[in-house]
Amino acid sequence: MSHWIIAPVVLPSLVAALMVITMRGDLLLQRVAGVASIIALNGIALALLWAATVHGPEAYFLGDWPAPFGIVLVLDRLSAMMVALLALLALAVVLYAIGSGWDAKGAHFHPLLQFLLMGIGGAFLTGDAFNLFVFFEVLLIASYGLMVHAGGGTRTRAGIQYVAFNLVGSSLFLFALALVYGVTGTLNMADLAVKLPTLPEGDAALLRVAAVMLIMVFAIKGALVPLQFWLPGTYANAPGVVAAMFAVMTKVGAYATLRFGTLVFPPSLAATGDLLSSLILPAGLVTLVVGAVGVLGASTLPRLVAFGAIASMGTAFIAIGAFTPETTAAALYYILHSTLATAALFLVADLVTRRRTHARLDDTAPPIAQSGLIASLYLAAAVAMAGMPPLSGFIGKLLVLDAFRDQTALIWSTVLGSSFLMILGYARAGSHIFWKASALDAQPEEPRPEGLAFTATIGLVVALALLTILAGPITDWLTETAATLYAPDGYIAANQLGQER
Amino acid sequence: MEALVASAIGLLTAVGIYLILRLRTFPVILGLTFLSYGVNVFLFTSGRLTVNAAPIIGRSEPYADPLPQALVLTAIVISFGMTAVLMIMAIGGHLEAGHDKVNIAKDDDTQTDPQTETQTGDRT
Repeated sequence: MSHWIIAPVVLPSLVAALMVITMRGDLLLQRVAGVASIIALNGIALALLWAATVHGPEAYFLGDWPAPFGIVLVLDRLSAMMVALLALLALAVVLYAIGSGWDAKGAHFHPLLQFLLMGIGGAFLTGDAFNLFVFFEVLLIASYGLMVHAGGGTRTRAGIQYVAFNLVGSSLFLFALALVYGVTGTLNMADLAVKLPTLPEGDAALLRVAAVMLIMVFAIKGALVPLQFWLPGTYANAPGVVAAMFAVMTKVGAYATLRFGTLVFPPSLAATGDLLSSLILPAGLVTLVVGAVGVLGASTLPRLVAFGAIASMGTAFIAIGAFTPETTAAALYYILHSTLATAALFLVADLVTRRRTHARLDDTAPPIAQSGLIASLYLAAAVAMAGMPPLSGFIGKLLVLDAFRDQTALIWSTVLGSSFLMILGYARAGSHIFWKASALDAQPEEPRPEGLAFTATIGLVVALALLTILAGPITDWLTETAATLYAPDGYIAANQLGQER
Repeated sequence: MEALVASAIGLLTAVGIYLILRLRTFPVILGLTFLSYGVNVFLFTSGRLTVNAAPIIGRSEPYADPLPQALVLTAIVISFGMTAVLMIMAIGGHLEAGHDKVNIAKDDDTQTDPQTETQTGDRT
């Protein structure tokens, strides 16, 4: 049994505690420890990815308690992929935070980031539904701290809305878990997958209620319409670097939907059947349209990117909602792409807004320093987000469209039409910020020495380019991953249910 | 007993939802507290209601399901912590804005310019 499975949870939590206790007020030491921890996390994530690919699903039994009674972490290809994505994004975010000085603008940026990594990594790895709730809370409480990092009245009040909304979500999650436990007597996800098909007929209605509540919770996390309205205010008011990190938090909702939709409530389960897809698919379509219209009408650049994030979640949920191996492979590629692209665009938006006198898009501001480089980064990230060739957004959308080849009328027209709206929105914002500004007769202020911040942003764009170039091998790997999701025998066997060990 | 517990959960949840939909922060926090009480009791009942039963095998017959009690304990701790965080943030927001209205006005929504950032933020 490999003990490395728990490393993505233990390492950040230890480093964070160490930072709070011994490195208070010493920013340099915190920066070194934070970067070192995240680089180590990247190494561990790659090793786990390799292990999950070669050996298949593997469970880690906490305290060596047997599975349905004790808590398990399960490593399979999907969770390994999400942890690797998290580690990669965290590296870019921490470098940007150091390069731009965001981490100096308030206390405890680095410990909070580490706790966030612990929570998200744990949510990806856990094989127990209640522990999923606990890790959700861990990541949320860290995100509350990061959301109001660097203070300010508007940010604090936007943070209250974010916290309150997520607390309602947590309550809903507990209601759903209590229902599931009341019906089945277990919360281990593999055990649920075994027990639910043999459920007596009379409990099917209760189970359906629980399934819908769970999907609502994941929809809150994943910003699925009609539960998306917390996202623009939160992301647009959060510090840019924190918003970039939050790009992976919406994917926690997508991951949990995939996990529950394929393992616990698979389409073959009689009690739920195609209930999940009949809810998620239309909601995903509406989410995409809402996001695209928001991109077109946003009043500030961070808001524009936030609506772009909603639109990308819409596309991801369309692909998830069909619950077939082919669409799931497309969804996984789109999740990889949209996390990196959203984060890159948030970082570019931060580079822009910190150089401008105001963030609004309806009033021209003087030209900004280093506008050439920032404009090209904006172009690259916007091309990726809108889904235009040559970057990975195009391939992602192509895969999604290809997976829905028999439903062209509704899904193709929505995806293509919203892409068109988004291209317009990004082009409008870009021309306003970079071209209209140069028409003003004003000198840009002195460029700031922000090599590390640019490196991080360029690194994300390079990652998008790599995702495009390596699309062939990556989609092959993802197709196999999607296949294992729909044949969860390996995942269930890894839990060694009911075996004395 | 079932009817009493069920209606108590329903009442707590209804009060909670009503208060969450208010326009001021303080009732919203109270509503969240009510909702978390409701959900805690609900979680407790998921292991079936029993009287005079210890959650330990062999101590009493029949015994109560120990797992919901462990879950409820975790949920209570988490909801206390979260309520405290929300309370602190609400006080901070009240002090900065001078009122505790939930909505954010249009004009202070657009305020993320670098000037205020450096004024309010920089520690250095």
